[in-house]
Amino acid sequence: MRLFNNAQYRFIEARRKAYVVSGLVLVIGVGAMVVNITSLGSWQNYGVDFVGGSLVQVRFEQPVSAGELRDALGGAEAPPITQFGSGNEFVIRAPLDDDASITEVAADLEASVSANLPDRGVEVVRTELVGAKVGAELQTKALQAVLFSFVLTLVYLAFRFELRFGLAAVIATAHDILITLGFLALFRVEIALPTVAAILTILGYSLNDTIVVFDRVRENMQAKGARKRDPVDLVNVSINETLPRTVLTSGTTLAVLLALLVLGGAVIRDFTIVLILGVVIGTYSSIFVASPALIEIQKRWGVSDPDRKKERPQPATV
Amino acid sequence: MFKSLRGRLITVAIIVVTAAWQLYSHKTETGQWLKLGLDLQGGMHLVLEVDDPDGTMTAEAKSDMIDRVDRIIRTRIDEFGVEEPLIQKVGGERLIVELAGIDDEEQAKGIVQRNAFLEFKKVLPTSDMDGALRRIDRAIVAALGVDSITALGRAVLQEETSNLENLLFGADTAAVDSAAAAAESAAAAVADSIEAEENALRPFSSLLLIGDIEGTYLVAAADRPVAEMFLAMSEVERAFPRDQIMLWGSELVGQAAQTFYRLYVLEEDSFLTGAELEDATAMRDPQFNQSQVQFEFSRAGGRQFARFSGSNIGNYLAIVLDNEVMSAPVIRDRIGARGQIEMGQGTPLEEARDLALVLRAGALPARINIVEERTVGPSLGQDSIDQGRLAGLVGIGLVIIVMIAYYGAAGFLAVGALAVYILLVLGGLAGLNATLTVPGIAGLILSIGMAVDANVLIFERIREELDHGRAARTAVDEGFQHALSAIVDANITTLITALILFQFGTGPVQGFAVTLSIGIVASFFSALFVTRTFFLAYLSGKKASDPISI
Repeated sequence: MRLFNNAQYRFIEARRKAYVVSGLVLVIGVGAMVVNITSLGSWQNYGVDFVGGSLVQVRFEQPVSAGELRDALGGAEAPPITQFGSGNEFVIRAPLDDDASITEVAADLEASVSANLPDRGVEVVRTELVGAKVGAELQTKALQAVLFSFVLTLVYLAFRFELRFGLAAVIATAHDILITLGFLALFRVEIALPTVAAILTILGYSLNDTIVVFDRVRENMQAKGARKRDPVDLVNVSINETLPRTVLTSGTTLAVLLALLVLGGAVIRDFTIVLILGVVIGTYSSIFVASPALIEIQKRWGVSDPDRKKERPQPATV
Repeated sequence: MFKSLRGRLITVAIIVVTAAWQLYSHKTETGQWLKLGLDLQGGMHLVLEVDDPDGTMTAEAKSDMIDRVDRIIRTRIDEFGVEEPLIQKVGGERLIVELAGIDDEEQAKGIVQRNAFLEFKKVLPTSDMDGALRRIDRAIVAALGVDSITALGRAVLQEETSNLENLLFGADTAAVDSAAAAAESAAAAVADSIEAEENALRPFSSLLLIGDIEGTYLVAAADRPVAEMFLAMSEVERAFPRDQIMLWGSELVGQAAQTFYRLYVLEEDSFLTGAELEDATAMRDPQFNQSQVQFEFSRAGGRQFARFSGSNIGNYLAIVLDNEVMSAPVIRDRIGARGQIEMGQGTPLEEARDLALVLRAGALPARINIVEERTVGPSLGQDSIDQGRLAGLVGIGLVIIVMIAYYGAAGFLAVGALAVYILLVLGGLAGLNATLTVPGIAGLILSIGMAVDANVLIFERIREELDHGRAARTAVDEGFQHALSAIVDANITTLITALILFQFGTGPVQGFAVTLSIGIVASFFSALFVTRTFFLAYLSGKKASDPISI
């Protein structure tokens, strides 16, 4: 079986359309962030990991609805309750005084729930308490991690390829992360520690995809007669040559992630959703963002390769 | 050895056996194939910080302090008997404590967090405070003003009467004689409020009743918050006589249907501390149904204790734990190296055991705060394992189907290499004793995707070479050679990300980073060496010109 064999799509020529698509999605994401700032008070729906606070997760043996649980915990005065996964599990954002102990709060909750909803078999399966300071530090650390990995990647790619390859890869990765953050803001997905891990994985995956294409560009640039070739054409050929691999790898990774999404349970569901999104965006961006960025950088700032400086930059034929 | 097919196969076999051996020995040593994170097996995760309310401690002092806390908590947990606790210092000022599979979180927390600072102080007669009490009253009045103190008294009073009213009018059965009682209580409330205004001039001393033991006052349990507030004022602290302090007793005392706390008058400097303790054991006194902790001093501590008790016969001695007077026995005789802490009636023996444990391990040098706490019940963990395993198996099944459908015989080779890869990752995790977490399972499954990617890169390249009309063997060689740079660069950049994740993350994220890192290294080896070896084996039965299935 072979897919996309000898494909000859004019990807780079379609880059303006891709810019519009990316731009639109980015604007929607940023818009969602702004809306969140005004309505939630924060640009993302941060979980207790980031803002501090406490939660208690309970599980029932018998079916219980969120409404019933809310009534059991005092109706209108009940703390925020969200259903966890599809089963009879709920996460309660329990309020906590300064010196109170989460274990005691959980025990109180369990007692009042089992008093008001007897015979439903309630059990506390998870409790979390994070100090506000710890949460704030985590935000800084996450940002540092992303920036730090940008810098290191840039240095590595500048060393292995050329600076412009590094720049283009970082632009594409930043694009992916921004879009993912926009998506998270739009659907108000709760940002927890694993979500950060997922975002950083996207960073890695997106780079991986971009590098495979760039590797082919590098190789084709070193081939005989490459100097006389139109760079747009060269990049197009490189994308098309790696297209079967791109499709197959993305496809299998997506298949595995879908299995994880359907069967992996509620604990990693948000994590998996972010990864699926990342694989789709990462694949798209390696073709429609990273490669055009390479061309744009070359068009604007000329060629950084000393061998090619004698030549005038080729005008791109679009 | 890597040149010949035989050498390659032997190398692959050795590595497979080593990985399998790592897994097997991990299983026999610990009873588990892999060490599971708290989110998978249940347990408690605590992050501790040295309390520094004024922000005056230097980073160095904090780091030094947390080192000492680290040592003491380690000893305590060792004695507590948690298997393989993880205690890790992070960022110079925090301590992560992970306790897997404990039943009683509250108890575990008590053991970790308790300061256990034991002191022995001399109890002073209350007459020593007489002059000071007047000074203290004046200082409070000067600082707060009569009005606000009166209001304070009323607030306490009103709360009590409204509770009473609720009790009276809320209960229908008591409705008959409630009217009379209400009138009575209202009159009492008025009388109380007049008294409260008078008392406003002696805000502190009016709360104190003469105690049942020498050297103590009794304070009604309801008045304790107000008294505590007064005692915490800096003006009051200045009005205190030199070298004297007041500390609360740990027990509630019942007298004439009311409950009281004892407030002890003590010498500020303790003549002995828990540092001189050599041993502590929990005991049960059957006669009084009382739990107690018996302790033994070191030689030097014993001498000090003997000297003090010898010259204070007839006086009281306060045993103070974390600024609370546990008991105040009278000194009847010169005491040597032993003593005991009474835990009060009806206290379970477990509590005495916990106290003995923390006393043996030593006092924490500072108060510590719990800044993060997570507990996961064991049932949730088991669900995650089951679901993760199922998802993993289905995911791997999908990959196998795709690879074989797409690449035919070469797909089989890739699946074989993938099997080696999975064994390598699991063996690597076992060998490094790395912890498998929920995100770790996700990382594992993701890295399977990346291992497939390396194979896909190679196979696509071989196909291209075949398209260019090369013979099978040459095409395979060229394919591996040309795919190399892409695989190296892609893997190294991902590895960079994984290492940063490891640096920045804690717990689950680190678990993810570790599995991802091991996965990348293993996929590198499996794609470039194992797949190639299998390919060579596949080609060895063919002539150079024979077609291959890819």
